[in-house]
Amino acid sequence: MNLVERYVHRRFERASRSAEQRVGLAGAVKWALRYVFPDHWSFLLGEIALYSFMVLVVTGIFLTLYYVPSDAQVIYHGSYALLYGEQMSEAYRSVLNLSVDVPAGLLFRQVHHWAADVFIASIVLHLMRVFFTGAYRKPRDFNYFIGLTMLMLAILEGFAGYSLVDDLLSGMGLAIAYSVAMSIPFVGGQLASLVWGGPFPGRSVFWPRLEIVHVLIIPAALALLITLHLAMIMRQHHSQFPGPGRRERNVVGTPMWPAYALRSIGLMLAVGGVLFLLGGLIQINPIWQWGPYHPYLSENGAQPDWYIGWLIGALRLMPNWELVIAGRTVIPNPFWGGAAFPLFVFVVLFAWPAIERRITGDVLRHDLLDRPRDRPIRTAIGAAFLSWVVIVFAVGSTDRIFYRMGISYTTQIHVWRVGIWVLPILVFFITRSACRSLQRAEAHPLRAWQGNVVRRTPAGGVEVLSDSPDRSVPPISEPPVGTLPGSES
Amino acid sequence: MKRVFVRWLTHRSRIPPVLRLSLAVVLAALAAVGLAAPASQGQQSLGGAPSGEVNPPSKSPEPPGPGDPTKTFPDSPALRIEGYNLYQQGCSSCHGISLEGTAGVAPSLRGVGAGPVDFYLSTGRMPLEQPREEPLRNEPAYDRSQIDALIAFISSYGGPAAPTADPSRGDLALGFHAFTLNCAGCHQIVARGGITVNAQAPDLEETTPQQIAEAVRMGPYLMPHFDATAIDQHTLDSIARYVLWTRHPDDAGGWGIYNIGPIPEGMVAWFIGLAALVLVARLIGERMDEPV
Ligand code: HEC
Ligand code: HEC
Repeated sequence: MNLVERYVHRRFERASRSAEQRVGLAGAVKWALRYVFPDHWSFLLGEIALYSFMVLVVTGIFLTLYYVPSDAQVIYHGSYALLYGEQMSEAYRSVLNLSVDVPAGLLFRQVHHWAADVFIASIVLHLMRVFFTGAYRKPRDFNYFIGLTMLMLAILEGFAGYSLVDDLLSGMGLAIAYSVAMSIPFVGGQLASLVWGGPFPGRSVFWPRLEIVHVLIIPAALALLITLHLAMIMRQHHSQFPGPGRRERNVVGTPMWPAYALRSIGLMLAVGGVLFLLGGLIQINPIWQWGPYHPYLSENGAQPDWYIGWLIGALRLMPNWELVIAGRTVIPNPFWGGAAFPLFVFVVLFAWPAIERRITGDVLRHDLLDRPRDRPIRTAIGAAFLSWVVIVFAVGSTDRIFYRMGISYTTQIHVWRVGIWVLPILVFFITRSACRSLQRAEAHPLRAWQGNVVRRTPAGGVEVLSDSPDRSVPPISEPPVGTLPGSES
Repeated sequence: MKRVFVRWLTHRSRIPPVLRLSLAVVLAALAAVGLAAPASQGQQSLGGAPSGEVNPPSKSPEPPGPGDPTKTFPDSPALRIEGYNLYQQGCSSCHGISLEGTAGVAPSLRGVGAGPVDFYLSTGRMPLEQPREEPLRNEPAYDRSQIDALIAFISSYGGPAAPTADPSRGDLALGFHAFTLNCAGCHQIVARGGITVNAQAPDLEETTPQQIAEAVRMGPYLMPHFDATAIDQHTLDSIARYVLWTRHPDDAGGWGIYNIGPIPEGMVAWFIGLAALVLVARLIGERMDEPV
């Protein structure tokens, strides 16, 4: 033990002793501090989401102090000259004042908004990691469902926040949301008037409702689910990639204390730092430039935040089909893109573990992860599905593509109505063959092998074969550890 | 060409045949759609009516309101003669020898006055290359004195006086309000441009106040035109002032990322914010000396 290690060890002993004396939890604390995290950077993606959520809560508390959930119309007489004398809702005015007059108000607003965008992006990335490494398999499928639920809640939460401001963009977004809600067969009308308290733009009760949903109900639900998510991970232990000494029932890696905790705290500071840098340097949602919403206003190219973009794309892509029975429109068109499509995507995600068990017949418990290439079919299906959603997402910005590149809007829609089915098939085959050739070569796309191939000379020396044909190939390739029945190849 | 294609299909290569086949299918499908799409689009833009023999109606620009300032362009017999010559070379093939227009190609220019001519020429929209395409902003094909000559010639056939706008007399808040109400639906709220059915509403980053006034009164291409009761002179001045302002809007939040909202914001969130954090995770996520 060197000096530092001794010091750390002493602190550790003292921390557990002091916990024991006060709450009698020495055992639990010791267990927690000795918890071992597997060593792989991709395990930190979920933590990015966790820390973004913390930033969201902290900045959100600040914003709540200033927000007024009211659609009462007022005439603006504040300090922003371009809107002087303009009619607007109290809600919009409160956010305008926050952005223009309150010290650091704009900074907090922008950090909050960037944090929301990054939060959901990191959840999606984390989901991809979990999917492509098969981390959702038994016994972690339950935790995977919690994760998916949190993703849905996060999207809803983001949309609610975006709508609260009552600027031109949020008003246009709510108008679309209203038409989607109305389009739900049989219950749509009632549902919409339940939420909005009446026909669009709704009665005044809508605004306090929206605020409570945004600042209390969904965040509390998220916090609860995050706690559950983490508790389950601790209880079941992390999964890990196969490797030397790593087996199904052990974890090889870094203990919580002193190493991993510092690493994680470092990441927390990085998340806070990056989000505050973004919030201070790059403008997001300049509502004073959009102006207040009134139902008779619209602007060109209005877009939702990125995580709703796929729904806009779906609305655009969907041919004008409606289900009409006996002269009554049972399923109006917005239902397909705005409600059925996201529902389908999430149903597939939720059902996937069961589907996979069904296909492979593999019902065993798995604590070792798969490398994506070792399961070419799953990886290919995932990539194809992802590309399917990404295309729909990209179609959401066809208007800008038309504007920037002059490709006619209708042409784009026509092309994508076919491409949406053809491209994923292509992606499937490309991914599958890429996996297989990676498997054969045992090359790692992110970590090219860096060693040298050497040969013992008869004289007893060592000769470096610097011109070995493929430097990405390590000389000895072990068979991947932990390949299980049901895996291809 | 054909040999190459057949070889590509039959030759043994490392791309599996399934992949090659699906690639061929994709290309064929895309080609089919590419061929089919413009056709159906054309039908849409004409509302299904047979194209051809209708003479595009010439837009009669709205005159400036009574007592409103107008823009006068130089005029002289010599200038008109120069304009006549330029017109015969550059414009008569579409607009007709004596400005009468050509059925199915281009509208008559009789009585349009100075405003539209100045607008279409100073923004480089005319002469068009193809009669059916949307006139887009371009490098002007004529210099100022040639434009004046064409104006002198064409407006000698009559037409309202050209409108004008003076941003320095406008009111910024009124301009913002009026722009939101009348123009943002097509040109985007910070005048960054957008699309309408089968046309682009351009961004207004290079437009001069004079061109703004002419565009508002005339309504080029699919843009509606506004008379002096819809947008009076003071509002027009204010809109011009607002449009000038949008070139350097008050980006209090930092880098404005072009002021069009969520699309660039989403890109920043993914490709700057999250990318930076993934990089951090990659750097601190594991011990580098560990064999992998
Ligand atoms: C229905 C959509 C629509 C509306 C509303 C509209 N415009 Fe336009 N505008 C267009 C289109 C389309 C063009 C391009 C015309 C062309 O290509 O010849 C255009 C062109 C222009 C131009 C010429 C730009 C350039 O760079 O050459 C100006 C200036 C302009 N509009 C100003 C306005 C103003 C000011 C208003 C509001 C009073 C307004 N527009 C309202 C669609 C619209
Ligand atoms: C290739 C054919 C073509 C040529 C060449 C051409 N134009 Fe045009 N022009 C058109 C078409 C088509 C329109 C209608 C565009 C529209 O609807 O916006 C038009 C519209 C105009 C208008 C607006 C008329 C109105 O209704 O207010 C003016 C002014 C004009 N052209 C001037 C000119 C001048 C001056 C020239 C020569 C320098 C010229 N054009 C050359 C096809 C042409």
